[in-house]
Amino acid sequence: MTDAPTPALAIEHVVKRFDRPVPLGARVAAWFLAAEPRVVHAVSDVSLVVGPREVVGLVGESGCGKSTLGRVAAGVYAPTSGTVRLASGPVMEHGRKRSPLVQMIHQDPFASLDPRMRVAETVAEGPVLHGIVARREADGYVAAMLERVGLDPGLRRRYPHQFSGGQRQRVAIARALALRPEVLVLDEPVASLDVSIQAQVLNLFLDLRRDLGLAGLFISHDLGVVRHVADRVAIMYLGRIVELGTAAALYARPAHPYTRALFASVPKLGAGRGRFSPIVGEIPSALAPPPGCHFHPRCPHAGPRCRVEAPPLLENEPGHADACHLDHGGVG
Amino acid sequence: MSAVLEVKDLRTSFGAVRAVDGVSFAVGRGQVLGLVGESGSGKSVTGFSIMGLVDPPGRVVGGSVWLEGEDITPLLTRGGEAMRRVRGARVAMVFQDPLMTLNPVLRVGTQMAAAVRAHAPVSRAEAWARAEAALATVGIPSPRQRLSAYPFQLSGGMRQRVAIATALLHGPAAIIADEPTTALDVSIQAQILAEVRRLADETGTAFVWITHDLAVVSSLADEVCVMYAGRVVERGPADAVIGGPRHHYTAALVASVPGGHAPGSRLPQVAQGAALQDQGCPFRPRCPAADAACAGPVPEVAFGAGHLALCHHPVGT
Repeated sequence: MTDAPTPALAIEHVVKRFDRPVPLGARVAAWFLAAEPRVVHAVSDVSLVVGPREVVGLVGESGCGKSTLGRVAAGVYAPTSGTVRLASGPVMEHGRKRSPLVQMIHQDPFASLDPRMRVAETVAEGPVLHGIVARREADGYVAAMLERVGLDPGLRRRYPHQFSGGQRQRVAIARALALRPEVLVLDEPVASLDVSIQAQVLNLFLDLRRDLGLAGLFISHDLGVVRHVADRVAIMYLGRIVELGTAAALYARPAHPYTRALFASVPKLGAGRGRFSPIVGEIPSALAPPPGCHFHPRCPHAGPRCRVEAPPLLENEPGHADACHLDHGGVG
Repeated sequence: MSAVLEVKDLRTSFGAVRAVDGVSFAVGRGQVLGLVGESGSGKSVTGFSIMGLVDPPGRVVGGSVWLEGEDITPLLTRGGEAMRRVRGARVAMVFQDPLMTLNPVLRVGTQMAAAVRAHAPVSRAEAWARAEAALATVGIPSPRQRLSAYPFQLSGGMRQRVAIATALLHGPAAIIADEPTTALDVSIQAQILAEVRRLADETGTAFVWITHDLAVVSSLADEVCVMYAGRVVERGPADAVIGGPRHHYTAALVASVPGGHAPGSRLPQVAQGAALQDQGCPFRPRCPAADAACAGPVPEVAFGAGHLALCHHPVGT
């Protein structure tokens, strides 16, 4: 499925840990007291490939590491170990982002646009800096980009606060497109928008994807949104991908107990009243992830093997894999 | 059924802006009413108005709020001590972000005990015991230990449970919940929704659940009111309204939820346009069915079993 052509984005064995800086006093105190671990294990050995023109959805709850993985993929964070490659080469070199060919779109267009820059300056800054367009031609370039995302180019002298949330997200998309990326990393791009505006932005994304042949990593907690835009879907839990498959297969036959519980938790339109089957407990701290399968403390099927051995991601059917002992050799 | 909380023709204005423009609804014992709308529809201001918490220049300018058969409107408009005796005791509110509503420098138990003693002349020990019992009611494990925790030591879901437990302390007749699960993950949201449904059924507390999420309303609420531009444009049993919307705005909202469409297909879009605030339908600049009649006063059309839509040309007629 994704082996043949060079992938647009290849995330290979990426680990991302955050070490909290420990103040001197605390370090001295640690000599006398039992020191607790202060390392956040945000992403633990994740490999994920996005093919040319493919959109992969990355789904998970707060703290599962999906945004961290997205930022590593976009070259915002350097991975602790592992690599991220675009078709044209690695995203980072010598600890610095190498090319503007992967661009990120953030959740909150109120925070991601500089309030003191006119949107024309915001959109032009990147392409001028990277020599994609000459400064004297930037104005026309910006106008074309705004038109591309469905905004009136006549508004380009305005400031972000003069736009609505949906329009600001269009500006953020225009800013990303202005760098002519091959890959977009979209981190919850519609989560802060009203449903009617969300539909407009999703339609825009689908149009751009078709017209420009973009590949994308689409990060969201919303299973309905991901089903609508993604070709393949990865489910993440506490730093690991627990299930990966074509959207059709994964939604029709969710395999991992966490995926199944997640699907059961989502309120559905018209499914009737009072049908909740919540997962027990809460997501454990990434400061001290449980041993073995990260989901075992909450899993109704967990056995002795799950407490010691982390299950690898293995195929159940062509194009659909999960990381669960239950499906691969038993939990006993 | 006598209503626990009844709102009649409520009007709240911020200067010339009519944020709440003639809203009426009633919630019975143990019922959950979903108040649905998008940003700026007036759903939150409706909740704040009922609590007497509208900040100036906002002001309740008309209509009435009835709590257990008593007209509390004079308290709302006058504010002060009289309303403070009602607020928290007979009607309580849960807000979207529990990090904003819990005091970060006080232990959970300290602030909950203060809430107990604000309305009940009990000893400090008794107040802590009641706080512990309330935490147990909302499904918090080891409630005694939680009482001595600071808010930052609790997860988002736990903090929202603490907020709900605090609202429940005095067995209020009604709780207004403003987007209480919007900031939470779906698995935690499912736990809270299950808990709220159980509390409504067991304690008889009436809930007004303010949300933009139609799916939440569909799985939690008995009745739903859909708000647009400060007005309730459609109301009725939740399954009737969401399963067969009659107002074009409700229909558009339901249709723009991505779940029910073929993957990759274009989602139906609602036309852009500002809401109007005149005698006509506020949605008409964006409505596919609008015509000249819509500029005039809008009739309320009934579709059986309490399902009403404010529309000249309801969907499916």
